[in-house]
Amino acid sequence: MTATYWNALIGGAMIGLATALLLVMNGRIAGIIGIFIKVLRFRGSELFVNIAFVAGLLLGPVAYLWWFGQWPVAEFRMPLAFMAIAGLLVGYGARMGSGCTSGHGVSGLARLSPRSIAATATFVGAGIVTVLLMRLAEML
Amino acid sequence: MAGAPTRLVVAFICGLLFGGGLAISGMLNPERIRGFLDIFGDWDPTLMFVLASAVGVAAVGNLIRSAMSTPLLDTAFHMPPRTEIDRRLLVGSALFGIGWAISGLCPGPALASIARDVSPIYVFALAMIAGILIHGDETSETAKPSDS
Repeated sequence: MTATYWNALIGGAMIGLATALLLVMNGRIAGIIGIFIKVLRFRGSELFVNIAFVAGLLLGPVAYLWWFGQWPVAEFRMPLAFMAIAGLLVGYGARMGSGCTSGHGVSGLARLSPRSIAATATFVGAGIVTVLLMRLAEML
Repeated sequence: MAGAPTRLVVAFICGLLFGGGLAISGMLNPERIRGFLDIFGDWDPTLMFVLASAVGVAAVGNLIRSAMSTPLLDTAFHMPPRTEIDRRLLVGSALFGIGWAISGLCPGPALASIARDVSPIYVFALAMIAGILIHGDETSETAKPSDS
């Protein structure tokens, strides 16, 4: 197995550990969009706890930079207009579907929630079709 | 609540682990996400390893939780209130999946990359906030206190 897959397993385990700790200690689901919405609204009894989570999330890659001396690889090939449309869809869709890759994909699958299994299958399926259509459009 | 300051520290550490995990696993690279969805082209299975590992470890946490009556630092577990698979869930998830595939970004990696000086991230994050605001609060959620 290549280093990429080992890093994937290690990084995944860290994400899983964060999810498990937040549940066992604080009794909360580690759903990024849900936590972020509460920070955006800037209210709620756990506001500062949620802000602390988002602050940690932002500093995670900074810790990576400090440790490894460089940012993790990130390639952006899409035009900014596409990023804007995608951002709108992701924000609106995650709100409407009550969750994103973390809440449904990690927390939800881990507790075998039928709702989260349906959501994850739907967004992965929609994603596969979208990438396929974009590939076909490029060929034309 | 006596446990509140401790919960804040725990939340910060969890955020740090989450963001660090995204960075180490390669999930901050949009082309890796798009590559995972490109099953008819040049398929990149990395995301599958990340998800399997994350779900596996999170499932252990869930097993521990099932043996507990309350979390260690709060008086109750705050689990998502809904259980039904309805149109809203599926349409919302489909829209989310389309945006995820176009950009190669979802909320976690987008927020985790904010400290980095890359304009596509800013454009995506601002549009994502706009999308959240356009959707607005749900009536069913504002009617009853929900912490999902």
